Amino acid sequence: MNNYTNSGRIILTIIIAMCFRIVPWPGFLTSINPDWVLLVLIYWAIAVPERIGIFHAWTIGLLIDVLTGRVFGQYALAYTLVIYVCLLLHKRLRQFPLPQQGFFIFFCLLFTQMLLFWLQNIQHSAQLHAYFWLPVVTGTLCWPVIYTALRRVRLSRRTK
Amino acid sequence: MDSLRATLSVLVDPLKYLVNLPTVLIEQASDSVSSFSTLKKENAKLRDEQFIDKTRLLKFDSLEKENIRLRALLENSFKLGEQLLIAELLSINTAPYENIVVVNKGTRFGVHPQQPVLDANGVVGQVFRALPFSSEIMLITDPNHAIPVQVNRNGLLTIAVGSGQLNRLNLPFLPNNADIRPGDLLITSGLGGTFPSGYPVAVVDDFTPITNKPFVNITATPKAMLDRNRELLIVWSDSSPVSLSTPPTLNEKGSEISTSAPSIDNGLVNEAPEVKPTKKKEGKPTTRSGLSNKTPKPVQSETAGTDQSSLSGLTRKAPREAPARIDGDE
Repeated sequence: MNNYTNSGRIILTIIIAMCFRIVPWPGFLTSINPDWVLLVLIYWAIAVPERIGIFHAWTIGLLIDVLTGRVFGQYALAYTLVIYVCLLLHKRLRQFPLPQQGFFIFFCLLFTQMLLFWLQNIQHSAQLHAYFWLPVVTGTLCWPVIYTALRRVRLSRRTK
Repeated sequence: MDSLRATLSVLVDPLKYLVNLPTVLIEQASDSVSSFSTLKKENAKLRDEQFIDKTRLLKFDSLEKENIRLRALLENSFKLGEQLLIAELLSINTAPYENIVVVNKGTRFGVHPQQPVLDANGVVGQVFRALPFSSEIMLITDPNHAIPVQVNRNGLLTIAVGSGQLNRLNLPFLPNNADIRPGDLLITSGLGGTFPSGYPVAVVDDFTPITNKPFVNITATPKAMLDRNRELLIVWSDSSPVSLSTPPTLNEKGSEISTSAPSIDNGLVNEAPEVKPTKKKEGKPTTRSGLSNKTPKPVQSETAGTDQSSLSGLTRKAPREAPARIDGDE
């Protein structure tokens, strides 16, 4: 029974993150919209590594590819690699204080964005704005918010 | 691979509609509270517009007939029939650094990639990817998009490349001595086959000729309101040449002219036998939309079918541009 509620919550948070991903923010905010889905996935991979696997990351990456109209497998590859590292390091990451976690998240997001940049450049020489890199910074800044919010979501189950 | 994408998109597309929902609700709310006087004012304005457009249409009719007659003389006639489908923008944001928008009509309505997309003012872009419930449209201003255009004044052919900014197109392939002036209207040339010819694309901006370089940097502003429109027209252009011998000659006057006579003399509505096969193709989406959507939008109308001009805004569009074109030629 516990399993059910938990995976339900995970799926719900990921769906909400997907919505956040495509919401049209006003003006400048659109271009700095962080990759919410990846952040949520990282949190769950660190918090409940027995629930989130590489296959989940891959599937969700594919869905994001479809959602945002990218070439198939682009996000799937990026998410898979990032989640793999998170699963390897999850015990250590849990002990980190938030700023140090943020440091790790920053490099995860930077790696994802570089991978996407590289993959887009392979398809066609992409003319990307400098804003392309801003979501890395905003994503890092959003990490404490996501961490505390999802922690509350996860623990509220246990108190019930 | 495409079918896999289509399947997965069925899972994901509800999210797009979910995110779009607040916009729709706000729109409906503002619609429902708009006052009687506003509506009346709008009604009067629209009636005026329609009156003017209808008057222009009269001229358009005769011009079109003349055009068909001339084409008949040249023994090369093209079907003027084009089918249109109104699609609404979904207000979602997929990639901020790309000029791609998502609309709410997909392969269920027969949309397929590379279809031209217009609005009431000009060319918007082309269908980039068609999914079952939505499709992605690449705007003409996308850096990866190029559209073959023609200067309306003198027929000079060139290519307009997107700049990445919503209000600018680049014309990088014009030599320094090209006959092009600020304010020139660029229309689609029909080369390349994706876009039907004759639709307005952009107006050339001011530029300063640089004498010591082989090419000039000329920019143009798109006619279509790329950042303001919520409704777009997806076009099924069918520019296959009409063989002039097939239509039965009803009234024998002259050898060449009589072949296209049925469409000339009895007004353009009589083109029905020609357009029929394509209409049949459209029939399916129409009925489907009637079932699935409470506002069945696919409007079938040829630019030729002027008698039904009251049906929708689309027939209004063509005549508005057509006289301008003719005036420009004179």
